[in-house]
Amino acid sequence: MSGFPILSLMLLVPLAAALVCLFLEAKAARTLALAATLVDLVLGIVLWMNFDIGGAQWQFTERLEIFSGFSYAVGIDGIALLLIMLSVFLMPICIGASQSVEKRVGEYMAAFLLVEVFMLGVFMAQDLYLFYMFFEAGLIPMYLIIGIWGGADRIYASYKFFLYTLLGSVLMLVAMLWMVHTAGTSDIPTLMAYDFDPQVQTWLWLAFFASFAVKMPMWPVHTWLPAAHVQAPTAGSIILAGVLLKMGGYGFIRFSLPMFPEASAYFAPLVWGLSMAAVVITSLIALVQSDMKKLIAYSSVAHMAIVTIGLFAFNVQGLEGSMLVMLSHGLVSGALFLCVGIIYDRLHTREITRYGGLAINMPRYALFFLLFTMASIGLPGTSGFVGEFLSLGGIYQVSTWTALICTTGIILGAAYMLYLYRRVVFGEQKNADAAAMSDLDLREIAMVVPLALGALWMGIYPESFIAPMRADIAALDARLARAAPHGDSAPTPGKAKPAHHEEAAHGGSH
Amino acid sequence: MDWSHSLRLIAPEETLSIAGLVLLLIAAWGGDKASRLISILAVAALVGATFLVAPALCGGAMGPDYSAFFGQVHADAFSSFAKILIYLSAAATLVVAPAFFDRLGAMKAEFPILVIFAALGSGMMVSAGDLLALYIGLEMNSLAAYVLAAFVRTDGRSAEAGLKYFVLGALASGILLFGMSLTYGFTGTTSFSGINAALAGGLSNGALFGIVFMLAGLAFKISAVPFHMWTPDVYEGAPTPVTKFFATSGKVAAIGLTMRVMLDAFADQADAWRQIIVFIALASIVVGALGAIGQKNIKRLMAYSSINNVGFILVGLSSANVQGASAMLFYLVIYVAMTVAGFVTILMLKDENGEPVEEIARLGGLSRTRPGLALALAIVMFSLAGIPPLFGFWGKFLVFRAAVHADMMALAFLGFAASVIGAFYYLKIVKVAYFDEPVDAVKGESDVWHKAILIVTCLFISPLGYLLSGWLQGLTDTAATALFHTL
Repeated sequence: MSGFPILSLMLLVPLAAALVCLFLEAKAARTLALAATLVDLVLGIVLWMNFDIGGAQWQFTERLEIFSGFSYAVGIDGIALLLIMLSVFLMPICIGASQSVEKRVGEYMAAFLLVEVFMLGVFMAQDLYLFYMFFEAGLIPMYLIIGIWGGADRIYASYKFFLYTLLGSVLMLVAMLWMVHTAGTSDIPTLMAYDFDPQVQTWLWLAFFASFAVKMPMWPVHTWLPAAHVQAPTAGSIILAGVLLKMGGYGFIRFSLPMFPEASAYFAPLVWGLSMAAVVITSLIALVQSDMKKLIAYSSVAHMAIVTIGLFAFNVQGLEGSMLVMLSHGLVSGALFLCVGIIYDRLHTREITRYGGLAINMPRYALFFLLFTMASIGLPGTSGFVGEFLSLGGIYQVSTWTALICTTGIILGAAYMLYLYRRVVFGEQKNADAAAMSDLDLREIAMVVPLALGALWMGIYPESFIAPMRADIAALDARLARAAPHGDSAPTPGKAKPAHHEEAAHGGSH
Repeated sequence: MDWSHSLRLIAPEETLSIAGLVLLLIAAWGGDKASRLISILAVAALVGATFLVAPALCGGAMGPDYSAFFGQVHADAFSSFAKILIYLSAAATLVVAPAFFDRLGAMKAEFPILVIFAALGSGMMVSAGDLLALYIGLEMNSLAAYVLAAFVRTDGRSAEAGLKYFVLGALASGILLFGMSLTYGFTGTTSFSGINAALAGGLSNGALFGIVFMLAGLAFKISAVPFHMWTPDVYEGAPTPVTKFFATSGKVAAIGLTMRVMLDAFADQADAWRQIIVFIALASIVVGALGAIGQKNIKRLMAYSSINNVGFILVGLSSANVQGASAMLFYLVIYVAMTVAGFVTILMLKDENGEPVEEIARLGGLSRTRPGLALALAIVMFSLAGIPPLFGFWGKFLVFRAAVHADMMALAFLGFAASVIGAFYYLKIVKVAYFDEPVDAVKGESDVWHKAILIVTCLFISPLGYLLSGWLQGLTDTAATALFHTL
């Protein structure tokens, strides 16, 4: 396997397909897009099979100096591998879920394939600037997907999505420029081990935080997400919730934590506070939604808050838990959006009250929806459980209060998901048109079954997903050890207190 | 300093002068019927001049050997770089112009000749090594430009644009001249190197006033805030090919001249003028972006966009070093390509009668009626907004990198944050073309030359442009280095 540029190939296949799709008729474009994403899935599986667990940290590396100061450098570690697998796994499902798109299919498929190129690039990039290019480039196709193929208020949503994310990322770019200037390299692995001055770290951390917090999205900069989700076409919602939100979490793992450990520790209470607020507030908001997509969108914000809580717990449990929550949320929220999309295609409404009693006429649908609901709640045996358990366990070691408050969010999560499920699937059949809907067809089953299997696999044998990232998480934890914040529970003697001063406000701006 | 050497160095200027005079004769004898022939010959002259300046750039020319007429004119790598941009974009103007003027019956034989003289003046501006040469070049360019702005006499907007440009331009010229006389008075010399040497001992208040007034005059020329007010009116009123010419050749010349003055004559006084540059850079970025938001006419929008972009280019100047200058030149190359593509697209927006469609609202649903044109528009807009992977991003990246390396973090933060405001109005165009219901206003056929130029420039500002960036970086570095070594 060595020497074969499999990562570049994974980027090139969808890129080439995207360009061809622009010139194709609807049917041919669909077929080609599906084929390209399936090829990428196969390549992803090959990648996973050949990934040397416990081997060198960075594998499948490729490097091409384009010109001074900019190189095309890709490579993956276990963390990136898992997120890449998630992406290539969800993409064919997205293409399959786009059956109801009828206008400008060629351009639609091209946009989707470009999204795939850019998000894979984000996880593969080993060069700071290359990462930034991929990170921001994804905005263009997503803007078009929401704006052209979205719902009634799509234009507002697409603007909000674009401008929010752009503002976050340009601040990050300034920090990147400074880092490369100071450290003399844009190589991410080198920078991950570089010790920036702790005072400057706070500024850099904040700049990166601006970007990742919006992308994640963290409360209170999450408001673009419900808007974007509700307006985006089904496949757009799947990929947005499934993968694009994970870029924020990935950014924290790849940049904020290893590059600015002291600043991360310094700001950990801030992150905890925002996450606690997010878990409770957005769960309560989700409880009163009448639009199914909005409900799931708010639940995404709450789940992402569990991710940030785990990341900033500064221990192995929390980090591993966060990764698992991200993977699980990728599968489950993708699946939930798909479930919404399936009935939306039949009735063209997302109002919860327009449905009811679907268990009678759509038993298969009810079964799968139940499974994903349970996984979202975090029932043991499903993917949701492991990650949430680890994350909350991780944070419990540092802060009992944070863990306690976040757990209420889990309870609220169960409340709104069960409430949603009851109103849609159980009860009497109030609406004749909803009662007349047909059950899942073969295409839809082909889309939900892999997601269901994935959610069960992760729930029953999470080791498959923990093993590839174990070494990387351990390395990250070791790097964080010196800066870990003091918590109110389980005192950890001997760990240095972060050396920061709040009045260091002028640092970095000179 | 022998004359033959000097005359050899200004060969491109001689070529253009002689070509201009000969073409004037042809125009006098042949009348407007000869305008096509004159256009072709003028393009040939501009391309020929480009080939004459190219060796100096490739050879990395710098130093006293490349200084003509006792330091009046520098024919070094920097001026060559700027001249190549100026001449090529002037040639592109001539290529796209006939299709526009033919419809109005306004294609006069003078048009290509005026463009040649304006380009000649522009070339002299970036070559100037002395206040005198600077002023002659500037006025030579300006006089031609005033006439060009008012070229379609029968159109009220065009005449108004010409008048506005002339009155305000004359005022700015006066301010610049006042600054130059102050500078001369307090340094006792008009040559840039002499001024630099005279100021080595310290900056007197009088000389500082000179710098400020000169900067004010130059800011008018590059349409930087707060001297930007003429830009939207002139851009809107002037015939579109002329607007394109102002936005490309004129802009390169004015910015090249500003770099020359600031980084050569006042090189050691950077601390004195840096704060002014930082202010006008940020103000231009913000005002350009905010002003563009409410625009309904796409040419006015491009005018505000140019104000906005000048702000970004000036960020590079504020670092006052080779890296910043090189970043500015790189930005200029990309900016010229984006602007050419943008204006050629605008030229191609015509309704069924061949009348130009300039109202943004009438572009609704362009992506369904004219997908190719809409794609070009989208590429230009995303590139102007600086969204990667389009090439426009790289220009912004380079100037901000230079600012960060010069320890101007606050400027970089503010500038980048303000660029998000700019993204809003660029997105608006994409939104109208892609998201809105079709209005079906754009129907006219496009000229084959328009298509050709559009394809080339769009490919350049697409991600493919990065393939050239290594080579371009080498050229801009060479040119920028030469700027810091002139004597």
